[in-house]
Amino acid sequence: MSHHECCCGCNDNREAVRENAKAALTPEIVAFIEECAADAHPESQLIRVLHRVQEHYGHLGREQMDAVAQLLQVPASKVTGVATFYHFFRLEPRGKFMISVCLGTACYVKGAERVADRLQEELGIHFGETTKDGLFSLNATRCVGTCGLAPVVVVEDKVYGDMTPDQVPALLEKYTKKA
Amino acid sequence: MSQQQMINLTIDGVPVSVPKGTTIMQAAEQKLGVKIPRLCHHPKLSIQGSCRVCVVEVKGVPFYMASCSVQVWEGMEIQTNSPAIRQARRDILELLLDNHPRACLTCVRDGNCELQNLAYTLGVRERLFDGERKRFPIEKSSVSIVRDAEKCILCGRCVRVCAEVQGVHNLSQQGRGFTTHVAPAHGDKMDDSVCIQCGQCVNACPTAAFVGHSDSDRVWKALGDPTKHVVVQTAPAIRATVGEGFGMAPGTPATGKLVTALRRLGFDRVFDTNFTADLTIIEEATEFLNRFKNNDRLPLLTSCSPGWVNFMERFYPELIPNASSCRSPMSMMSSLIKTYYAQKEGIDPKDVFVVAIMPCTAKKFEAQRPEFATPDGGQETDASLTTRELIFMIKSYGIDLAELEDGEFDSPLGASSGAADIFGTTGGVLEAALRMAAEVINGEPPAQMEFVEVRAVEGLRVRELKVNNDLTLRVGVSNGLQNAKKLLDKVVSGEEVFHIIEVMACPGGCIGGGGQPYPPRGYTILDPKLLAKRAKALYTIDLNKDVRSSNHNPAIKALYDEFLGEPGGETAHRLLHTHYQPRLPRGIR
Repeated sequence: MSHHECCCGCNDNREAVRENAKAALTPEIVAFIEECAADAHPESQLIRVLHRVQEHYGHLGREQMDAVAQLLQVPASKVTGVATFYHFFRLEPRGKFMISVCLGTACYVKGAERVADRLQEELGIHFGETTKDGLFSLNATRCVGTCGLAPVVVVEDKVYGDMTPDQVPALLEKYTKKA
Repeated sequence: MSQQQMINLTIDGVPVSVPKGTTIMQAAEQKLGVKIPRLCHHPKLSIQGSCRVCVVEVKGVPFYMASCSVQVWEGMEIQTNSPAIRQARRDILELLLDNHPRACLTCVRDGNCELQNLAYTLGVRERLFDGERKRFPIEKSSVSIVRDAEKCILCGRCVRVCAEVQGVHNLSQQGRGFTTHVAPAHGDKMDDSVCIQCGQCVNACPTAAFVGHSDSDRVWKALGDPTKHVVVQTAPAIRATVGEGFGMAPGTPATGKLVTALRRLGFDRVFDTNFTADLTIIEEATEFLNRFKNNDRLPLLTSCSPGWVNFMERFYPELIPNASSCRSPMSMMSSLIKTYYAQKEGIDPKDVFVVAIMPCTAKKFEAQRPEFATPDGGQETDASLTTRELIFMIKSYGIDLAELEDGEFDSPLGASSGAADIFGTTGGVLEAALRMAAEVINGEPPAQMEFVEVRAVEGLRVRELKVNNDLTLRVGVSNGLQNAKKLLDKVVSGEEVFHIIEVMACPGGCIGGGGQPYPPRGYTILDPKLLAKRAKALYTIDLNKDVRSSNHNPAIKALYDEFLGEPGGETAHRLLHTHYQPRLPRGIR
């Protein structure tokens, strides 16, 4: 019998891979995925699962997406394909404060673009990114339904109306202090 | 069974009648012989309808319809070539071209690009717009496959072949809009992915978004180096396909011309991987008979196909103990060249450069496995070239293979039985093993050499073979890994019992390998007609040989007497066997 052969089952990494995947998620999410995996078409539950993961972690990390793939038995290429297709899913950790600049028609004609430019300049990031200190994430949104206050910036769930570029530093200062 | 419902319609004014469920594209091709232009469509893959090149005009429908995905209906009136539809088709193609590098002069597809052909066929003669186009770096992490997303037209054929034919699901479209690209999970490098390097994405790609990694420069350099003794070996399947690159009809055996071409290129010795295919059979049949006697680790899984070995390590590592420990014929040959042959010729193995001509991209990965390293840290197989790379080299040298005289392989590693030739097609390894095993078990050669029942042209077969009155072997044969899964899952679950399973990664076996020539005009990849012709070439060679069973190859007997000792013995184990290990990330099956 030769040297490298092995019959003890140590080649079988099924359980180890599964346990690893479970460790990357919370027990509640694992239970939810296991419920979804029992579905006749687990792949059709993928978006629901990703929602749940993002709800908990604030974004979809690499480890979490790989874990979803293993536990739901949906190919990882498919999981990240879906996650990168939909704008709703974030692949980077979001900052402590989410700043959303409305670029809807009303805000736009009232100068939202200049406000947006100033925000990007002050924060040193582009839309969809998070500052290095993890404090702010910047997002562009469409109409938030308060066109009377245009141009509008929303920080977390507080709405700031009639924004001008010059008001940007003070606004950021306020949240930096809060942190 | 009720009679098939027929649908009556007209195509380009010609009344035709086709069975319900036929698509417009099929109807036009079957009834009028009109091949509607297409890019994303492939008859063996699911319908995607994304490229829109195949649009036609349908009377009463206010928009153009994709002929690949629309089924005909009663009374339908179709125009495949009205001026309006010709213009629309060209516009659609021009939009694809606007987002594509215009690098045809220097592109590796060398004129057999479907996109380029279509641009010509549809009459695109100038480009009107020169704007921004997508930009992606070329990804060369893999030793087998190069990914160039700038040349990708997002037709999704690679994604579908990887998922539907190979069951690997390594590729998917990532991102959206302008940044959409085909890549493994997380947009990772191919080398960090579950890619098994089979190269079917390369075969399926209509452009050069996936191409094989080229090693021909290293080979030219070795050929030009007077201090190197450059030895080449050619796999069984090459002789059945290399002629296609020189306009020979598919299925024309070209063994002798191939040998002459290799000699002209400057190789010092031309050996035949067939020789070690015979050797593989001796070792593998011995291994099987031992396991069978002891009821140990059955079924035996064949291990010649490196795409399958990669797949096993990532997707079915629990079956590693079942895999034959025999190296592939390529690796056996390289090992023998750098030990037995070098010793015999009095050449320092360090000065020997071994080139393998393989139908396969995954062989490039196999060649650089640490298991097959030489004592000085080199590789036993210094370079593994695909059939496509060899065709390029021969053409580049200025040789027309079709015009060459026949040559003979060099000895001592050149003689082979017919059993070795059929390694290149599905069921061949098993058939070769059965020819020998039946003789060992029954004490006399089988009356019928052909085991046609194991020739799994349809992709998957399970058969019970009566070896004698007391013994029936249950065997499985599969090609295309999606087919293999169906057998392997039953082995893992214990639901079915087999004695031997032959697994070939590529559809049809090596004749459909990821390194084989792009199909000649009138054929597509995965085309059963093309695969049947290539297989027939190998069966013809087999039939015309005097020795048709590996254990009757006199050169093999001499090798054991002179050098190796016993089949399965210590020297054989050291030089001809290997081991496998699970690899991460684990694939999802």
